[in-house]
Amino acid sequence: MRQRDVELAIVGGGAAGLAAAIAARRAGVSDVLILERGQDLGGILPQCIHTGFGLHYFGENLTGPEYVSRFIKQANALRVEHKLETMVLKIAPNRTIRAINRVDGPMCLRPKAIVLAMGCRERPWGTLGIPGARPAGIFTAGTAQWLMDIGGHMLGKRIVILGSGDVGLIMARRFAMEGANVEAVIEVMPYPGGLSRNVVQCVDDFNIPLLLSHTITRIHGSDRLEGVRIAQVDTRRKPMPETERSLKCDTLVVSVGLIPENELSRDAGLLVDEQTGGPVVDENMATSLRGVFACGNVVHINDLVDHVTWSGEIAGKSAARYAFGSFPPPRRRIRLRPGRNVRYVVPQIISGVKPVTCYLRVKRPMRRVVIHVGDTYTFFRRIVRPPEIEVFTLPGDEQIKDGPMVVSITMRDNRDADA
Amino acid sequence: MKSDVLIVGGGLMGTIIARELSRYRLRITLVEKTADIAFGGATKANTGIIHAGYDDQPGTLKARFCVQGNRLWPALARDLGVPFQRTGSLVVAFNEEEAHTLRSLQARGETNGVPSLEIIEHRPKLRSMEPHLSNTAVAALHAPTAAITSPYEVAVALAENARQNGVRILLNTEVKKIILKEGSVRGVHTHNGLLEADVLINAAGVSADVISALAGVDTFSITPVKGEYFVFDKRLRAVVQHVLFPVPTPMSKGIVVTHTTSGNLLIGPNAHSVDDKTDLATTTPGLDEVFEGALKLVPQLSTKRSLIITHFAGLRAESSVGDFTVESYDEPHGFINVAGIKSPGLTAAPSIAEQVIHLVQEQGLELTPKATFDPNHRPIPRPVDDIAHTRLTRLLADDSRYGHMVCRCEHVSEGEIVEAIRRGATTLDGIKFRTRAGMGRCQGGFCTPHLLHILARELDIPVEDVTKRGGASKIAPYQAKSLLRG
Repeated sequence: MRQRDVELAIVGGGAAGLAAAIAARRAGVSDVLILERGQDLGGILPQCIHTGFGLHYFGENLTGPEYVSRFIKQANALRVEHKLETMVLKIAPNRTIRAINRVDGPMCLRPKAIVLAMGCRERPWGTLGIPGARPAGIFTAGTAQWLMDIGGHMLGKRIVILGSGDVGLIMARRFAMEGANVEAVIEVMPYPGGLSRNVVQCVDDFNIPLLLSHTITRIHGSDRLEGVRIAQVDTRRKPMPETERSLKCDTLVVSVGLIPENELSRDAGLLVDEQTGGPVVDENMATSLRGVFACGNVVHINDLVDHVTWSGEIAGKSAARYAFGSFPPPRRRIRLRPGRNVRYVVPQIISGVKPVTCYLRVKRPMRRVVIHVGDTYTFFRRIVRPPEIEVFTLPGDEQIKDGPMVVSITMRDNRDADA
Repeated sequence: MKSDVLIVGGGLMGTIIARELSRYRLRITLVEKTADIAFGGATKANTGIIHAGYDDQPGTLKARFCVQGNRLWPALARDLGVPFQRTGSLVVAFNEEEAHTLRSLQARGETNGVPSLEIIEHRPKLRSMEPHLSNTAVAALHAPTAAITSPYEVAVALAENARQNGVRILLNTEVKKIILKEGSVRGVHTHNGLLEADVLINAAGVSADVISALAGVDTFSITPVKGEYFVFDKRLRAVVQHVLFPVPTPMSKGIVVTHTTSGNLLIGPNAHSVDDKTDLATTTPGLDEVFEGALKLVPQLSTKRSLIITHFAGLRAESSVGDFTVESYDEPHGFINVAGIKSPGLTAAPSIAEQVIHLVQEQGLELTPKATFDPNHRPIPRPVDDIAHTRLTRLLADDSRYGHMVCRCEHVSEGEIVEAIRRGATTLDGIKFRTRAGMGRCQGGFCTPHLLHILARELDIPVEDVTKRGGASKIAPYQAKSLLRG
């Protein structure tokens, strides 16, 4: 088997991996190798032909291919090496990587440092337990997007979308623009799952019905999908039989959540946060395994690629320092623990010695709130909603105490603040 | 071309009979109405258990063929190169009455000739054998000879081995009429034309009563009994070591917690009679029943719902006579029924096939062994299993596509997919059941587009015509912009 020493191996060549590679090269790492399982660099972005990328990072409104091509160009200019259609099969706790592709065959890489940037996968519809047979015509949103915008195929004429996350909303618009009838976007929660701008631009502007507090109760058809039964749900998200009705469609697009892809991380023995589904990281994006860093959607599901890029840059810089032997373990490890109405906070561990940008996902919408970080910091927000991540920066402060800090959200005044 | 033997049904029974008959100098044809082997019936939706043989009443065909079949399985699996894992099984009792039933199961098993049955009442021992078993369990019947296999992989391997030994397999071919002349079988009409044969073997699964009636034999009817299942992520592989059964009822062996040979946790099936022989739809009450049934055995599954990757349903052929029907008739001569093969049909299959060979001989066909018969089936190479082996280097030197992983969850390479197509897969499901591409935790989310393109390329058809499992199950039926052109 081919063996090779390398300074830095990056698993995944999407937005996160590219940012990490560029940052590490700029920090002086000569030998950076990206291992990408897809046919091209760029991860999911080449198929995201809509705009909305780069508003924060570049101050410009770019499409996915435009956004990511800037990073691919930089990586190439910096002579970052990459291997395409290369599958990493295993990462051992001693940081040995086993991978395979058709050019090199099986290989064993021994990097000084690793950046994990595998991204995420879509939750398959089979996990929902919707009864019925399994006809053709049911797709996850990302698969539908690939088939349409990379493959050049059209999947059906009458479309129902389940899930109003960003990907679902964007696909509703995409199908409408291709001449299909989008019968409805169905969302089990009483509020949309995606960014407000996407609700307006993808659904409202195209007169597509957005059915909140609804779900699909039955799949019809055996060869090709023929329709779905839908029903309104009660406050416990149980379907109400008296509201059931049929909707004819030949295509169902399911967008019911993204799952960070951490099989390699778990096998390597990394500590995984069950709330994020990703490795526990500190402010340097260091995981629980020395020399292994993580960034982007493998750590937690981000709303915006701009945040993914930033986390990749941190991971790349940290990995570079580790590869140079100048990355001492942090002096202090202060745990940020989720409290009231907080699903998770990333990073989970801070040192307190330098400013850290934190990402917080709430459990349910609230208006006029205060985010408390321990007893030390407070941040005010007009509204918090699960689909939109909260970003706040903790200042570096040697004075903060060593123990864990609970991050919680309370109402700003005494009125009922649940939105 | 006239056949000596024509087999109706491309499930496990049809394929094992075809393969066993291919040992002899016979012209054999197998017809299957769907687009592929093991596509419709009980073979695909099956728990995959090789039973020890204590369930069935002594004296029944089920009891006899099950115990014999269990002994034949290791050699069969070795020849076919299919997975076979001797996990053993535990029937778990939760109260004194159920513990009493265990003793009668044990006695029945011993009468049937099942070796090494043992009742475990020492709770710490039970716990050490199955750490996640409910702590309300009071005893369990341990059957070390129980095992698991992968039924659809077995059927595909049997079909390939049969074909390799000269059997003709006709897919998409449904029998419409049986031709009888002077009290003997002469052949069948299919919607693809006439097929002549001297001996007709009915292995049509849930439709066996329909085929039998076409031959004028209406001594039984088949009720489809639906069983539903959940499949979990491989992360839960270690939750159970044995096949776990509740104490059986007259209707079924109950909802089982097991793992598959590929390491997924599998729970199910329930058992409900349905009217429609094509009804493969899961139901809300059914799926709830399966989950609750599994919780009784392994309560900690209640926190593992998020690790479910899919659910499915299958139909077993429940016969009105309550036992297997493996028989020939004075009239019509040349007609053999292999019907009502529900559990323990998978276990019994090799033994039933032996019996069918006797029946074929009784119909007057001369069975001369064929010197060229090759019992060995070569599975599609799996580069991932050979990653540290020199075999892999040779494989890749031969065909570098084995180094290109297309299915990322199950690590299935393009080489395997191309080989599956070369061996007869023409659909997405055909590839899935031969290679596991699309069977993993993302359920085809990433690989489906690539599989479509590989299928179109290898079969030389437009992507628009690629189906999930034949018929009208097209996946991406239109080209981009075609709807806008009107």
